[in-house]
Amino acid sequence: MSLRSPLGKVRGLGSAKEGVAHWWAQRMTAVALVPLLIWFVASVCAMAGADYDAVREWVAHPVVSILLVLMTLAVFHHAQLGLQVVLEDYVHTEWLKIASIAFVKFAAIALAVATVFSIVKIALG
Amino acid sequence: MASPNRPLSPHLQVYKPQLTSVLSILHRATGIALAVGTLLLVWWLVAAATGENAFADVQAFIGSWIGKLLLLGWSFAIFYHMCNGIRHLFWDAGRGYELETAYATGRIVVAAAIILTIGAWLWGYASMGAFS
Repeated sequence: MSLRSPLGKVRGLGSAKEGVAHWWAQRMTAVALVPLLIWFVASVCAMAGADYDAVREWVAHPVVSILLVLMTLAVFHHAQLGLQVVLEDYVHTEWLKIASIAFVKFAAIALAVATVFSIVKIALG
Repeated sequence: MASPNRPLSPHLQVYKPQLTSVLSILHRATGIALAVGTLLLVWWLVAAATGENAFADVQAFIGSWIGKLLLLGWSFAIFYHMCNGIRHLFWDAGRGYELETAYATGRIVVAAAIILTIGAWLWGYASMGAFS
């Protein structure tokens, strides 16, 4: 037996009217970030103390550039999804909640674009 | 709302902190810290794309005691949030909810995060030739 209405079953959406998209995206980016961050942290450890030219040469390697862009997209998507939940939990003034979530989303997009642009500039420069 | 000032459930302040609840809060705290920490990643890559002087500023910051302290905190936050995140994924799959299991995996996560943090820093210092 199900307590869902026939219309709810057809649409497959809960009270938030968006189904499990947010929850699922949080998990999928988490899964993607496990190998990406292990690779990144290991690379940074191996490169500790590297100078300007060495870092640029590393970033410009095609495999590295691609992995860095993937990591950047996954990191900022995951981070803004997580911060959104935190703000929804703790900010109870409606306009402030909406404003702070919007700020987080704009900031995540701006920072991701800045990072991806920098990677591409080094890679193609 | 008739009485907006009445105390809200779950009255966190009357609970004795437990490993499970402390680690849950730590997961959120490290998540927020890591979101802030992305600023260093962005600064590092934008500076590398900008030029030698801009990059030298980042290197100087990372090399300072406050930079190293932040990096130490963020490296632990990455490892903790990742290990505990994997613990969360098992919960999402419906596994590991038994009380004993939840405590055991909690201890494993903390131990793994500490060991990985120490290992990463030893590796980093070894790369800089600190031990040779």
